[in-house]
Amino acid sequence: MATLDSRIPSGPLADKWRKHKTEIKLVNPANKRKYEIIVVGAGLAGASAASTLADLGYKVKNFVFHDSPRRAHSIAAQGGINAAKNYQNDGDSVYRLFYDPLKGGDYRAREANVHRLAEVSVNIIDQCAALGVPFAREYGGLLANRSFGGAQVSRTFYARGQTGQQLLLGAYSSLSRTVGAGLVELHSHSEMLDLVVVNGHAKGIIVRNLVTGEITRHSADAVILATGGYGNVYNLSTYARGSNCTAIMRAYRRGACLANPCYTQIHPTCIPVSGDYQSKLTLMSESLRNDGRIWAPKNPADRLKAPNEIAEQDRDYFLERLYPSFGNLCPRDVASRAAKRACDDGRGVGESGLGVYLDFADAIKRLGENGVRERYGNLFDIYHEITAESAYKTPMRIYPAVHYTMGGLWVDYNLMSNVPGLFVLGEANFSDHGANRLGASALMQGLADGYFVIPYTIGDYLAGQKPGSRPSADGAEFKAAEDSVRGQTSRFLSTKGKEPVSHFHKRLGKIMWEYCGMARTKESLETALQKIPALREEFRANVNVPGSAETLNQSLEQAGRVADFIDLGELLCRDALTREESCGGHFREEHQHPDGECKRDDEKFAHVAAWEFQGEGKTPLRNVEPLNYEFVKMSVRNYK
Amino acid sequence: MVAENQSKSLGITLRVWRQAGPSQPGRFVEYQSKDLNPNMSFLEMLDVVNDELTRKGEEPIAFAHDCREGICGTCSCTINGKPHGPGKGVATCQVYMRSFRDGDVVTVEPFRAAAFPVIKDLVVDRSAFDRIQQAGGFITARAGSAPDANALPVPKPDADLAMDAATCIGCGACVAACKNASAMLFVAAKVGHLGLLPQGQAERERRVLAMVGVMDAEGFGNCTNQYECSAACPKLISHDFIARMNRDYFAASLKAAVKPVSLGGSGGA
Ligand SMILES: Cc1cc2nc3c(=O)[nH]c(=O)nc-3n(C[C@H](O)[C@H](O)[C@H](O)COP(=O)(O)OP(=O)(O)OC[C@H]3O[C@@H](n4cnc5c(N)ncnc54)[C@H](O)[C@@H]3O)c2cc1C
Ligand code: SF4
Ligand code: FES
Repeated sequence: MATLDSRIPSGPLADKWRKHKTEIKLVNPANKRKYEIIVVGAGLAGASAASTLADLGYKVKNFVFHDSPRRAHSIAAQGGINAAKNYQNDGDSVYRLFYDPLKGGDYRAREANVHRLAEVSVNIIDQCAALGVPFAREYGGLLANRSFGGAQVSRTFYARGQTGQQLLLGAYSSLSRTVGAGLVELHSHSEMLDLVVVNGHAKGIIVRNLVTGEITRHSADAVILATGGYGNVYNLSTYARGSNCTAIMRAYRRGACLANPCYTQIHPTCIPVSGDYQSKLTLMSESLRNDGRIWAPKNPADRLKAPNEIAEQDRDYFLERLYPSFGNLCPRDVASRAAKRACDDGRGVGESGLGVYLDFADAIKRLGENGVRERYGNLFDIYHEITAESAYKTPMRIYPAVHYTMGGLWVDYNLMSNVPGLFVLGEANFSDHGANRLGASALMQGLADGYFVIPYTIGDYLAGQKPGSRPSADGAEFKAAEDSVRGQTSRFLSTKGKEPVSHFHKRLGKIMWEYCGMARTKESLETALQKIPALREEFRANVNVPGSAETLNQSLEQAGRVADFIDLGELLCRDALTREESCGGHFREEHQHPDGECKRDDEKFAHVAAWEFQGEGKTPLRNVEPLNYEFVKMSVRNYK
Repeated sequence: MVAENQSKSLGITLRVWRQAGPSQPGRFVEYQSKDLNPNMSFLEMLDVVNDELTRKGEEPIAFAHDCREGICGTCSCTINGKPHGPGKGVATCQVYMRSFRDGDVVTVEPFRAAAFPVIKDLVVDRSAFDRIQQAGGFITARAGSAPDANALPVPKPDADLAMDAATCIGCGACVAACKNASAMLFVAAKVGHLGLLPQGQAERERRVLAMVGVMDAEGFGNCTNQYECSAACPKLISHDFIARMNRDYFAASLKAAVKPVSLGGSGGA
């Protein structure tokens, strides 16, 4: 059984981080260059960590599977990043930026972590502005803000609709500076395929060069994973196609606990699936729900009719009907589930039957076409580019899609996993968002972890490791890990089955979406837990991975990733089955209030579930970290 | 607005550049791609072709992609001679099959440039761009040292123009579109972005000299003001930034030639 010591400092909430920083151990500047740190990933979390640690004097090696660190999935984030600057003078404070995500996460995150996030949020904006991130500005030259869901203040900083891109390019510029100065050794096109644990400590990784196929060993004094979220376990999602869970799953197999995998976020307004060939779902900003009205036909027979042929009295504005006080602006999870129910009733629109309308006809009547264009023109353009339909003339079709994963590797307050020396940052860890993430807070968390948390907390671990004590990569553990990677590669190449990897990924996605998607039941999860192992068997017997291991081989890359998705999918369903409550993004139909809201069970489930690998084919162990709320009262989340 | 192609299904002949590795010879290979839904993206069409090839036991076509929404800059196909294909202001991943007609012959090649060697099939090595960035594409500001973000106001027009330049996705279409394979638009976008901001002034001269130096060393060609780059750019970055960079470059070169340089000395007790 793993030891899960959260190491939350004692004392008043607002003093914990300051106190912790003064109490944890430091590494003396002259010793820093004797320590080598591996950072896997160069999204917001990884790039900010790698450059900051290098500036502190540590030797850093950075690995990314992308051809350039600038292409990490963080680049795609649109809306913005929160910070408790209170530049708008509208009453924001660190406490409010602590309270909102804690509540938004349905009281399933640690108070101390979330408070620290709110505290350092202000430094993030300063840092990014100093790096030349071109944030939106007012005419006076000062920074502009916009509002975002789940908050009553205007605290979101943004760079047009490309905030993630600009923040990532800022972090990438510092990473580039440190690479250019020889402080960081950059390995792009390099995929980590195993974690090496020596005497219980994480001391290295095994890497495959995706261009040459070469497999190499790398030893270090500490390993940081900043490898992003696992939403592609559903195959179709708003994630980049390459986003995967291989790094965290290989670490899990080496003993790191995986926490709360069932906390997944499904965003209500995405462009629906149009056919079996579909590879990607595109997000349509939540802001559209300010002026668009969501409806489905009342009568299943109408579902293929052109929308303008469906009379007003035959339309069901279901959000307005079900949630009269919040209407179209009800929370993400509620809106998503309502749309799903309409489609389950056979009333979904479009060829696939998986879609509802987001209608701007009233808004156009009220504001005029130009008024609507001013507010949402770029989104209407994106919609047109993908669907070839004009949302000025006919309602948009939308459907919920997987968008973010709150679960991830378990970490303590220092962001260290239960495997000493293994740190996990950004979306890859589980720590700050509880059971649901509020908009504009993932970017904040990634940069908080990399710029302002890990630079302090990693010293606490390294100070206890003798300089120069890192094991040689020739050791037995490194060899065993390398052999296991080579073994998997040759198994994939020699299976010579009938189906491409994509076939299995699609099927896994369908199982996950159908049985463990927006609404879950005991039966559906048990069904998934039968189907997934069967799929695994079929995958092992019948996958076809052409080509060789010595060149760029995208099928081979995919095979490894899908194998890990299958394992993660099973674990996710198991976690969802054992969490007999509804909270945030995890909705168990058995546990709901009469109005369809999540019904938490704080008595039994106010805890983190951290799963521990027990060996191939064995049921993993469910460890528990209780969530002690010292400062805030857990209450029923209510946005009405 | 109506779709360019309203038919239910279409078929095309693909001529795809296949090349097993960097030092192997390449050639065009023809594939028939049938029963395509016009709403498919171009890359989804390649996915389908690849699944068919795999089922036949052949190696699928290697192509680069990731976000599939025009922001990561990974995708990089030249379609019918145009980097990123027929549309204006879009990346390869934003090309849809409805822009083709039933029976079309569609030629697909990698981005071609001496500084972007082919890795395999349609995938090229664009790490030269990273090396240009490493030379000077940054503002030095260590975490923890920054003043309050509002301590340094930036006039809105400057911030907006800087943002126009900063939207570059680093795809390299500008290089592939240029008959000299020049990287001027890419470099000018970064020099313009940082040089327009007050934060970027301290390193402005150093930056432009260093970035242009590495650009030349990496084997990119000269700019002869044809502006094919801007036309192919998925973010429609204006070639005005090239003129701006040229001014910066000459000013910085002149200054570097005449200005006494401090010998520094950063030691201390
Ligand atoms: C469409 C979209 C819009 C969003 N908008 C917002 C928003 O407005 N505001 C907000 O706060 N959040 C938003 N998010 C969420 C946010 O973008 C992400 O949660 C965040 O960027 C994740 O950053 P990261 O650094 O943890 O990981 P990523 O950016 O995913 O980076 C992962 C890195 O790890 C590397 N990697 C992964 N596995 C391996 C391996 N095995 N070996 C080597 N390298 C590996 C990759 O190469 C990459 O560099 C959005 C998400 C999506 C999908
Ligand atoms: S300038 Fe345009 S074409 Fe060139 S790399 Fe940037 S986005 Fe691509
Ligand atoms: S795949 Fe990201 S820009 Fe095309």
